[in-house]
Amino acid sequence: MRKKVIFKGTLLPWLLLLPQLLITGVFFFWPAGQAIYGSFLREDAFGLSREFVGLENFSDILADPTYLAAGWNTVVFSSAVAFSALGIALFLAVQADKAIRGTNFFKTMLIWPYAVAPAIAAVLWLFMFHPQIGLFGRMINGMGILWDYKLNGGQAMTLVVVAAAWKQVSYNFIFFMAGLQSIPRAVLEAAAIDGARPMRRFWTIIFPLLAPTSFFLLVVNIVYAFFDTFGTIHALTGGGPGQATTTLIYKVYVDGVQNLNFGSSAAQSVILMAIVILLTAVQFRFIERKVHY
Amino acid sequence: MFRRTLMAGAVALAGLIGPASAQQPTEIQFWHGLSQPLGGLLERLVSDFNGSQTQYRIVPTFRGSYPETMVAAIAAFRAGQAPHLVQMFEVGTGTMINAGRAIIPTHELLTQTGVNINFDDFLPGVRGYYAAADGRQMAMPFNSSTAVVYYNKDAFRRANLNPDQFPTTWEGVGQALTALKASGHACPMSTAWPTWLHVEQFSAIHNIPLATQGNGFGGANAELRVNNPMMLRHLTNLVNWQKEGLFRWGGRDNAGEALFPGGECAIMMTSSGFRARVQREARFDWGVAMLPTYEGTQPANAIIGGASLWVMNRGPNTQRNAAELRGVAEFFAYTARPEVAGKWHMDTGYLPITRSGFESARASGFYTQPANVGADIPIEQMLRGASSENTRGIRLGGFVEIRVIMQEEMEKAFQGQQTPEQALAAMTTRGNAVLRNFERANRGG
Repeated sequence: MRKKVIFKGTLLPWLLLLPQLLITGVFFFWPAGQAIYGSFLREDAFGLSREFVGLENFSDILADPTYLAAGWNTVVFSSAVAFSALGIALFLAVQADKAIRGTNFFKTMLIWPYAVAPAIAAVLWLFMFHPQIGLFGRMINGMGILWDYKLNGGQAMTLVVVAAAWKQVSYNFIFFMAGLQSIPRAVLEAAAIDGARPMRRFWTIIFPLLAPTSFFLLVVNIVYAFFDTFGTIHALTGGGPGQATTTLIYKVYVDGVQNLNFGSSAAQSVILMAIVILLTAVQFRFIERKVHY
Repeated sequence: MFRRTLMAGAVALAGLIGPASAQQPTEIQFWHGLSQPLGGLLERLVSDFNGSQTQYRIVPTFRGSYPETMVAAIAAFRAGQAPHLVQMFEVGTGTMINAGRAIIPTHELLTQTGVNINFDDFLPGVRGYYAAADGRQMAMPFNSSTAVVYYNKDAFRRANLNPDQFPTTWEGVGQALTALKASGHACPMSTAWPTWLHVEQFSAIHNIPLATQGNGFGGANAELRVNNPMMLRHLTNLVNWQKEGLFRWGGRDNAGEALFPGGECAIMMTSSGFRARVQREARFDWGVAMLPTYEGTQPANAIIGGASLWVMNRGPNTQRNAAELRGVAEFFAYTARPEVAGKWHMDTGYLPITRSGFESARASGFYTQPANVGADIPIEQMLRGASSENTRGIRLGGFVEIRVIMQEEMEKAFQGQQTPEQALAAMTTRGNAVLRNFERANRGG
């Protein structure tokens, strides 16, 4: 039944592809090439003198303890964001999928946070959890727990994880809802008649059938945690205290835009690019095999 | 239609940035980093200048915070679109002075245009901060502040302390903090700008070097010297006071300021420019005092913060024409006029940067008005003591980054993750790495 369109000659197909190729070239290959080129250079802020340094930027970065610490922060941050966002979204989706009154209302409310820009979401959390002016921040301090994320690295990390995950829950929720609705009711009803309790039905039927969705979301969430959380971290903690919430992407910004150290920043982004390519390849190669479509 | 609009736009744009004809005033782009209300006052000063003559028209544009303005100006230069004038905060001075042909030093500008500005009229601490090692003026001083103490006199009264006499020594401050805590004040002291106050100003007032080469004035090969007994003593005190609940870390940059006007913290150390906010918001009796020193020190003059004006070339390969340079020089001369400098000082709360501006403010009876009591304390603090190469200012490349490093290491010390000794050692190691990087990158420039 598959339709196959066959073009005569090669001109028309290339012409039709051209817009997409142009966009990819201009917005991906050109800047990526610039970054790779820049990673071999060392120059002053004004671009008046430059020096070709080979791989020195890379060896400097890899010998820098603050860079390795940022790498570890990224691992902690990304896995915490991905797992909490996926877990909570799955729980909420399963609850909202039940036949209860006001399902549509709940669904809408749960999807809303996705429309909030990361920086605005971060400011929202800031106003809630600021130790002096935040409603909940003051409440926690009032309960006798010393809450000050400006000085406590663990608390700062918790706060950025919660703020970043909160935004992603909505996105995951939409996909899990769609995944749940595509599970045939008949299978679940048959299991129920056979005497399977809700928990057992979830783990033996729903969860395995949701695997493709979960796998897709896992990739998306990790990429989100790696790259899209810059605004959240910038507005909430600025990478501090110390460098407790400085992730790899945040460090690229700090070294490139604030410290005007372009060579190092370019080298870091090249490393980041390599990590993401590797991560995605590994996920598709090894995890995908275990997923039933 | 679209093409026509585009062409009209291009023509308009060319008129905006290209050399002006004889009838049109020469436009001069001026990027600044002052948010409201200060930005509005700056724009008023500029429009006063524009109204005072017809040849030049200065166009001020707000480009975000100081660091954002700096980054924007540098990026614009790389793209061949730099503004004629940029307001640069004091921390960026080291970077700008080493910027080679990206900038036009003020002394060169004045020689080329024949405009005369009497720099002897400027306060030494202000002028020197923006001068080369041989004394030639590199940037035009504009808005300068210094750091002072704000304290809650009502809280002092409750703690049986003399509300009219803030302790002049850190030992005395320590006793006052204990008394304030004993009287039930939850936060006796906090600070804004932690490194500017407790490393940079601290070193200047105690007349100890922050870096070799006269704090970097002598050359780009300077090394940090913050790991010294005096700094160690002070940081140890702050960390201990924090543990005992006498001092609270209020966050980086000016985040700590929020703790004072509401009465939460009794003592706040921050910029003299904080005055307007305290005046507006504080619902208690407050006072201003000079920064304390440790016993046995003869206090030297404090250093400045704030910003200066730098003249930039348009791009790596484009120069300014004579009319543009002349306009910038005329504007500089205008800002140094006694009545203009005095008005700017009185309106904004920044330091009067010229003696004649100070006299002009004094002659108008500004300091004797009840609302302005203590407004001259920052000036006195700038002029007290003998100045030395430790009190001229700081001229380190990459200092924006070094400040962040110092704040990070302080935060780790306050968290208890490292001792004050380790913090100072880490600041030195990491800061020196930045300095060496900067030295290397600017070798050819």
